[in-house]
Amino acid sequence: MRRVNKDQKVRISLTLNGRKVSAETEPRTLLCDFLRHSLAATGTHVGCEHGVCGCCTVQIDGAAVRSCLTLAMQVEGRDVRTVESLAGSDGKLNKLQQAFQNNHALQCGFCTPGILMSFTDFLSRNPKPTEDELREVLSGHICRCTGYAGIMAALKEAVGAD
Amino acid sequence: MKPRPFDYARPETVDEVTALLAEYGDEARILAGGQSLMAMMNLRLADPAVLIDIARIEELSHIRDLGDKIEVGAAVTQNRLLAWPGLKAKLPLLAVALPWVGHFQTRNKGTVCGSVAHADPSSEIPLSLATLEGEVVLRSKRGERVLKASQFQVDMLTTAREGDELITAVRFPVKPSPGAAFREVARRHGDFAIVAVAAMIEADGSARLGVGGMAGTPVVRAVTGGNVKDIVEGMIAELEGYEDLHASAELRRDLLRNLAPLVVAEAHKCAA
Repeated sequence: MRRVNKDQKVRISLTLNGRKVSAETEPRTLLCDFLRHSLAATGTHVGCEHGVCGCCTVQIDGAAVRSCLTLAMQVEGRDVRTVESLAGSDGKLNKLQQAFQNNHALQCGFCTPGILMSFTDFLSRNPKPTEDELREVLSGHICRCTGYAGIMAALKEAVGAD
Repeated sequence: MKPRPFDYARPETVDEVTALLAEYGDEARILAGGQSLMAMMNLRLADPAVLIDIARIEELSHIRDLGDKIEVGAAVTQNRLLAWPGLKAKLPLLAVALPWVGHFQTRNKGTVCGSVAHADPSSEIPLSLATLEGEVVLRSKRGERVLKASQFQVDMLTTAREGDELITAVRFPVKPSPGAAFREVARRHGDFAIVAVAAMIEADGSARLGVGGMAGTPVVRAVTGGNVKDIVEGMIAELEGYEDLHASAELRRDLLRNLAPLVVAEAHKCAA
């Protein structure tokens, strides 16, 4: 059994964006803070810290989840992917990211990393979704500046719908 | 905000969990998906001394067909049950209710049993479990007991679980009826429901009507014949609804009055 006392720091290992990494954490550290502060993966943004806004969405073993409702301890030994994993090593945007740029689907960009990670999971399971299905998944995110029309246009371009 | 400090334990077996619960009791909280608990801890509404992480326990990660019931283990996520191939045929009510639970992203981590344990009065899974007259399986070092949904959830966020007990599974009865429907009204799809309504058609053609968000627990009534409106008016008079940040009691009563006949009709239509 893994046990860690509240004032204890332990080193945990995980796979982040395909690379084995390890860092120290204490039990109360949230995954979003662990990614940003201990692993310097600052692409993941922290918004509401209670699971509502969706900014901090990352993938654990391929499933899009809220990293603010996940403890760093819970990803010990797991495969975590963040927005940093999407573009090519040459910096070339992937199809989904390019569609966001083409359709002006972001303004300040604070919510964008979470939205991209949600749809990367969802579209891998359902590559030809209906508009309603896209909207349902998007309902798990809050965008404060552009509204959602540009985001929907980008998503439709990415899945090849009109 | 961030949670207050706590001790973290990740046991590998149910016996290890019940041993920890026997030691710490109400000081400990069970962490499965964390979609309610972690939010409450971040908001400092929950402050456990010990967090027991059960998400990786193999013996809790089953969806098992028991013939007349489907047993869902405490580590099974809502999206895993939603993707279970037998869902539509065996548990048609869950097939229509689960898409209303939170968002795609929270269903990826939130568990079926965790939602039952949290016992939010407007929550979809406790409402479905009550409508189907399902069961909750509890284990402690003292042994195992099985409670009916109506015995388990006693009030708003309050259950009959003792401090040393772990919910190991819930069991949904398999009903032969194909007619099931579910609808709710919320500020945004995936937010907490203001009023939620479940209906399923029995083999004899009568309906069972389950209502969430009107009282501290889900309320279930049998609807025989065509008297849906009378039954709903009776429920409105009896339950009255309650007022909170999201809605007045009057709005809740109006929502139920409008929603319930629609949902019962929809269940009948899909049974036909």
